[in-house]
Amino acid sequence: MSIDEPLFSVLGTTAALFEAPGTAMTLETQQRIWSLAKEAQDWPEVREAVPGMNNLMLSFETPPRRLDELERRLLVAWREVRPLKLAGRVIELPVTYGGDGGPHMADVVAHTGLSVDDIVELHSAPLYPVYALGSHPGYCYLGGMDPRIATPRRKVPVLSIPGGAVSIGGSQTGVSASAGPSGWNTIGSSPLAFFYPDREVPVLLQHGDSIRFRVERIIR
Amino acid sequence: MIEVLAAGAQATVQDLGRTDCLRWGVGTAGAMDPMALAAGNLLLGNDANSAAVEIQVFPFRVRFTQDGAFAVTGADCAATLDGLPLMPWSAHRVRAGQELHFGVPQPGRWRASRAYLCLPGGVDVPMVLHSRSTQLRGSFGGLEGRALRRGDALRAATSGADFVSSDIGILPPALALPLERDGCPAMRVLPAAEYGRYTQASRDGFWRNEWKITPQSDRYGFRLAGEALRPEAPMEMRSHGIVPGVIQVPPDGQPIVQMRDAQPSGGYPKFATVIEADLWRLGQAPIGSRVRFIETTWDEALDAQEELKVWLEEAARLIGLHRNSQGAA
Repeated sequence: MSIDEPLFSVLGTTAALFEAPGTAMTLETQQRIWSLAKEAQDWPEVREAVPGMNNLMLSFETPPRRLDELERRLLVAWREVRPLKLAGRVIELPVTYGGDGGPHMADVVAHTGLSVDDIVELHSAPLYPVYALGSHPGYCYLGGMDPRIATPRRKVPVLSIPGGAVSIGGSQTGVSASAGPSGWNTIGSSPLAFFYPDREVPVLLQHGDSIRFRVERIIR
Repeated sequence: MIEVLAAGAQATVQDLGRTDCLRWGVGTAGAMDPMALAAGNLLLGNDANSAAVEIQVFPFRVRFTQDGAFAVTGADCAATLDGLPLMPWSAHRVRAGQELHFGVPQPGRWRASRAYLCLPGGVDVPMVLHSRSTQLRGSFGGLEGRALRRGDALRAATSGADFVSSDIGILPPALALPLERDGCPAMRVLPAAEYGRYTQASRDGFWRNEWKITPQSDRYGFRLAGEALRPEAPMEMRSHGIVPGVIQVPPDGQPIVQMRDAQPSGGYPKFATVIEADLWRLGQAPIGSRVRFIETTWDEALDAQEELKVWLEEAARLIGLHRNSQGAA
């Protein structure tokens, strides 16, 4: 298969998935995904346009009879959309790296060949833009992680990691908002909650906002 | 209207799910067997999407604290009302003080694993983000965002005084619309984006082999055991939206079917998706049982969805006729 062309596929009859070309995750591509989401949200068969990491899921209000027509419309819109530049708020999160709150730090050390200090330095350096929300209520997928600390997802998912867990999955990083199963490598912990089910917009952070990790402590 | 006297783990309040909050990371939740939920609601004259109690660990026992009505659907749990046996998939009037007991799921023509207790007008819990389904991961929805326990009280949204049918039942869709392959319960499946990146042997084996539902299976996902699915080359995906029914393959090659409490995004390669029209069949498959998958097409999958819709409409029509004849008598 080509990685130079966008990819269209279905998730049963519930949703379709559009994946932008390329394997690297870039902010510019993500900004075009935000634009595409904004446009597709108004299409009659679309219940919800859900940005992922350089991709977009469209859940169906009613699945269309003609899939090829929807695919063509997506491809045309993708060619035409311009990056949607959002300057949201910046949130700083204190993180304790390693120790009981970072049980998979050793796996990241083993995979990358870097020291714990190097990993913490590389992980806490960037200002991470929120690319998308997913996984569980309020969880933010972040862009911009240093590829040197990329570590494959775990062979078997962990049945539960705690809320506030800071973790790495492939070339992505994020903070869990509540306890639950995960296939990612947990390297630290942060005291955190930002989901408010009683509000009409229940999340504190949305795509376009940013997170910075502040090193509170390193347990080696 | 009811008080929970004995609850196994994981009984929760569910409607048909929270289908429009995916962009905030909120999974759909909702009944594992939406057909059983909808049918139970129709038996009481409720909206099909009304909330009910989903029971998956038995026994389960409640006492009615007011006169009213109820319906039981889903797995045949040899339910009794004050010791008197009830037909599966039936609705009844009830008096204050009567006790309803669900035993373990019975072996029989349809071996299922989840039962539903529906109340008049639906279970009256607050609507949170457009649904009454319990979101366990987010600890909201349902009753205080958690599973039920002994001593909990649940109200029905209406009194049930207008429920005039003394006994009314319906044939379960598993018997009316059976689907098996070589004697094994089956589900229709559409290939997903990474299907073509698995070895030919794995693709053939997926359709040919039986898959066992392991004990590590719950409302989040069913972990299956069988001949491992092997990609031509390892894949590391970018996270993307997923929905209940998606069959992911972690590196160990043993597939996981996302179920109703599934998270709304993921990054394991997706092999295929159980179509929405058949996901209730899998939702009722007991741990330790085996299932088969049947490759289907987009058009067939839409037709299957339409078939369920027609079945529910016909059920609603017959129940309405029955109710009118009872009311006139």
